[in-house]
Amino acid sequence: MSLGLISDLVLVLLVLSLAVWMNIARTAYRAVVGFVAYGLLMTLIWVRLAAMDVAMTEAALGSGLTGILLFGAASRLAPFEAAERARAPGPALRLLIGLLCTVVAAGLGAVVLLLPEPAPTLAPLVAENLSPTGLQNPVTGVLLAHRAVDTLLESVVLLPALIGVWSVAADADWVGRPSALPRPPASEALTLLAQVLPPFGILVAIHLVWIGADEPGGKFQAAAVLAAMWVLVMMAGLRQPPPVVARGWRELLVVGASLFIAIGIAGIWLADAFLAYPEDLAKPLIIAIEVALTGSVAVFLALLLAGPPAGAHRREV
Amino acid sequence: MRFALDLFTIVMVSLGGLFFLAGTIGLLRFPDTLTRLHALTKADNLGLGLVVLGLLAQTSSPLGALNLVALWLLALLGGAVVAQFMGAAVRPARWRTGGVSGAREEEGG
Amino acid sequence: MSSFLLAAAAFVLGTVALGLWRILRGPRDVDRMLAPQLLGTGGVAALLLLGEASQEAAIADVAMVLALLAAFASVAFVVGAIRPELSPEPGSEPGTELAPDRAPAHEDAR
Repeated sequence: MSLGLISDLVLVLLVLSLAVWMNIARTAYRAVVGFVAYGLLMTLIWVRLAAMDVAMTEAALGSGLTGILLFGAASRLAPFEAAERARAPGPALRLLIGLLCTVVAAGLGAVVLLLPEPAPTLAPLVAENLSPTGLQNPVTGVLLAHRAVDTLLESVVLLPALIGVWSVAADADWVGRPSALPRPPASEALTLLAQVLPPFGILVAIHLVWIGADEPGGKFQAAAVLAAMWVLVMMAGLRQPPPVVARGWRELLVVGASLFIAIGIAGIWLADAFLAYPEDLAKPLIIAIEVALTGSVAVFLALLLAGPPAGAHRREV
Repeated sequence: MRFALDLFTIVMVSLGGLFFLAGTIGLLRFPDTLTRLHALTKADNLGLGLVVLGLLAQTSSPLGALNLVALWLLALLGGAVVAQFMGAAVRPARWRTGGVSGAREEEGG
Repeated sequence: MSSFLLAAAAFVLGTVALGLWRILRGPRDVDRMLAPQLLGTGGVAALLLLGEASQEAAIADVAMVLALLAAFASVAFVVGAIRPELSPEPGSEPGTELAPDRAPAHEDAR
C-alpha cells in the first residue's frame, strides 16, 4: 500500500470516528469540539481530492465561523440539555431511527458504487468552453458563467436568510444592535489578536478574490475570511455590531446581487441572453461581480453571526 | 549547494516532526490541563516553525518565503492568544486576585 | 525530495491525529478542545509539506486560511465555556464541565 492510500484511509477512519463521537457525546458542547476537528479533517480530505476551492471554503467556514456559531448555540442550549435528554426516545424508536439511517447510508453507498465507469461528468465540456470567459479557474467559470443563474440565486437567497434572523427580534428591540455574538471577558491577548490579525486577513481576502479568476479561490472564501475578521473585532469589543436599521450596511448587503442582476439584464441586449457576457468583456465583468459579491457576502455572514437586534435592556443576555 | 539545502530541509522538517510528536505525547500523557496546554503550545509553535524553516530552503521565490514566514508568525500569534485564553479559563480562583501577574507570584505556593 | 516531504506530511498528520484521543478522554471540555487546536497546527504543517511536495500553490493558500483562522474556534470555545448562564441550574447536570473556580458558584446556587 502506498503512503497516500494509507493516509487517506486514516483520514476516512478518523472522520467516521469523529462522526460517531458527535452522535454519542453527552453534551452539545462536546459534540461541537468534535465538529471543529471534523472540519479540519474535511479540509485535508478536500485537498487530497484535489478540490482546492472546496478545501479553502471548508478551511474558512469550518474552523472559523461555524465554530463561533455552534459554540454560541451550544452554550445557549446547555441549560435545557438535561430536560431534553430525559425526553429521549425509547429503545424501540431508537432502533427504528438507526435502521432508517442505515438504509439511507446503504442507499447512498449503493448509488456511489453503481455509478458507471467512467462516471458521468461535464468536466471536459467545461474545459472546452472555458476560454471565452477569459478565466482559468474552471470552478469560477462554472459559478459565474456556465451556471451563473445558480450563483445569482444563491447570492439573493442570503437576504431572506438574514431577514429571517432579524425577524426574531421584538418590535421594541428593532432599534438596538445585534447582540448574539459571544462577548469574552476583557483580555489584552484578544485585543492584540483583534488588532493584528485583520490587516493580514484583508490582505489574504484580496489575494483570494484576485487569484479566484485563474486559481482556486474566489469571492466566497474571501468573504468568509473578511467576515471572520470583522466578527473577531466585534467579539474583542473594539467595534460594536452596526444597528440593523443602519442604511449604509443594508446598501452593502444588496450591492453584490444588484450588480449581478444589472449585468445579467444588460446581457439581454449586449450578448443576446440573460446573464450572458459580451465575449471581450467577460473577464472584467466577472471580476466586478466577484468583488461586489465579496463585500456583500462578508457583511451578510458577519451580520448573520451577530444575530437579531436586541434592546439595551437585554444586552447582557 | 542543492545537496546542502536538501539536507537542511530534511534535518529541520524531521526536527519539526519530532516536536509535533512530543506535543502529542504531552497532550496525551501530561496529568492536568495547564501542563497539557504547555506541551501543546510549545510543540505546535516550534514544530510548525521548524517545518517552515526547513521549507524555506526549498522555495525559490522571495514572496513564497515571505508567505511562509508570515504564516508561521500568524500561527504563533493565534497559538499564544489561545493559550492565554485556555489558561485563563482553567486557572484556579485563588490565582485570580491579581490577574495574570498575581497568578505568577502564587504559583509556587 | 518530494517523497521525503510526503512522508513527513503523513507523519505529522498521523501524530497529531493520535492527539484526538484527548477528545474521548477529556476529562474537561478544555482538554478536549486542545486536540483540535493541535490538529489545526499539525494540519497547517502537513499542508505546507504536501504543497511543496506536489508543487501545488493553492495548498499553501489553504494552509494560510487555516493558520489565519486557527484561533477562532478556540476563542469561541472559551467564551462559551465561561458564559455566566452556563453555571448549572440546581438539580440539573452541568451543561459543560467548567473551570474549577465555577464550582463554588455551583454550590452557592444550592
